[in-house]
Amino acid sequence: MTVTLIDHGAGNVASVERALTRIGAASVRASSPQPIANAEILLLPGVGHFAALIRALDEKSLRQPLLEAVNRGVPFLGICLGLQALFESSDEAPDLAGLGVLQGRVSALPQTVKLPHMGWNTIRALRPSRLLRDVPADSYFYFAHSFAAPAAAGPATATCEHGAEFAAIIERGNIFATQFHPEKSGDAGALLLRNFVSLAA
Amino acid sequence: MTLVRRIVPCLDTDGARVVKGVNFTGLRDAGDPAELAARYNAEGADELIVLDIAASRDRRPTFLETIRRVAAELAIPLTAGGGIRTLEDARAVVRAGADKITVNTAAVEQPELISQLSEEFGAQAVVLAIDVKREIGNWDVRIRGGRDSAHLDALLWAQQGVALGAGEILLTSVDRDGTQSGFDVALTFAISRSVSVPVIASGGAKLPDHFLEIFRDGAADAALAASVFHDNTQSIRSLKQFLAQRGVPVRFPC
Repeated sequence: MTVTLIDHGAGNVASVERALTRIGAASVRASSPQPIANAEILLLPGVGHFAALIRALDEKSLRQPLLEAVNRGVPFLGICLGLQALFESSDEAPDLAGLGVLQGRVSALPQTVKLPHMGWNTIRALRPSRLLRDVPADSYFYFAHSFAAPAAAGPATATCEHGAEFAAIIERGNIFATQFHPEKSGDAGALLLRNFVSLAA
Repeated sequence: MTLVRRIVPCLDTDGARVVKGVNFTGLRDAGDPAELAARYNAEGADELIVLDIAASRDRRPTFLETIRRVAAELAIPLTAGGGIRTLEDARAVVRAGADKITVNTAAVEQPELISQLSEEFGAQAVVLAIDVKREIGNWDVRIRGGRDSAHLDALLWAQQGVALGAGEILLTSVDRDGTQSGFDVALTFAISRSVSVPVIASGGAKLPDHFLEIFRDGAADAALAASVFHDNTQSIRSLKQFLAQRGVPVRFPC
């Protein structure tokens, strides 16, 4: 099994690539529709601005093959902005349509705390999580974001809090996403990535 | 849930090797960057910064190779900087494996660089490094390795940098740097309270008490040190134990 990394030009693809190599998972970059349509496992990394990611996906005509792959059950992991892109829209770019795989809107974290929410935080498991299998409950994960998906989003399996509670992990069927960066989260992150890849095997 | 205070080792390099020296003179070799990176990653460093303090154009390929070698050893975030003057410089550093870019002199000379970087990589990837020297009545921003005055007030520059798109401030006290007499608590507190983004305190770290002080009294979100970690005067693990026992939230790798 080879993980197809969606390389839209606005992501930290190299970091994710290195993390997959460390856990012994094969990966290939894809920046055109066909390899994404044919993927066995899909991973959407993303950092930066919501608009940059959505525009890059549309300019490269990756939205349709991505949605088709997700709809036919290909295991999918979105990281950080890759989680936010799954929703219908984001306050960061209110006029742009997100992928709409999940209902709801991404919004800004409150300005009562320092933003970006940058650094290591723990998470609260809401219900059994396949991504967190064997991951110690008090593990820290690395976050770097100012916008977040609502904690009440139906498919959230874990939340985090920084000014407000928000979705830290999302799992629904073949769709997985993390607001934190597992590829930068030490051993706990590596275990989570291994869980994702082995789910798909 | 608490966002932990971060311990950030810094690798000052001449492009290829980690170097150590006060005020850029009498530099001596302090080791291989990739080897030190691997050690800090295993010891529980929360992030790593690698700087090219020579920042000469012809050594740039060497520094990019150093970033690649360091990034390969890390399962934690990497910030790189030193000599980044253009968007293209930053792209090369990010392609080599840096998660964040730090800019200093070039940002003072062309503040729009901060906005360009922020638009392309996101605010979370833009670290504005500010070197500060205490003057009578104000905190003066210094550039070119601390040598020259930028004729800017540090508080105002920090706020302007954040407004332009910086997502973090790396604040170095030029007065304390290399002295091992502790961080500048008053400076860090003032800057940290006047901006909305996290502040990394730098300059003067030696004792565990210095780190306790900067987190407890200086409102620092992260603390940076170099030589105390390189020469094993202070292990990251025991430093974190010291802080945890005194109520500072820190992360221990599992």
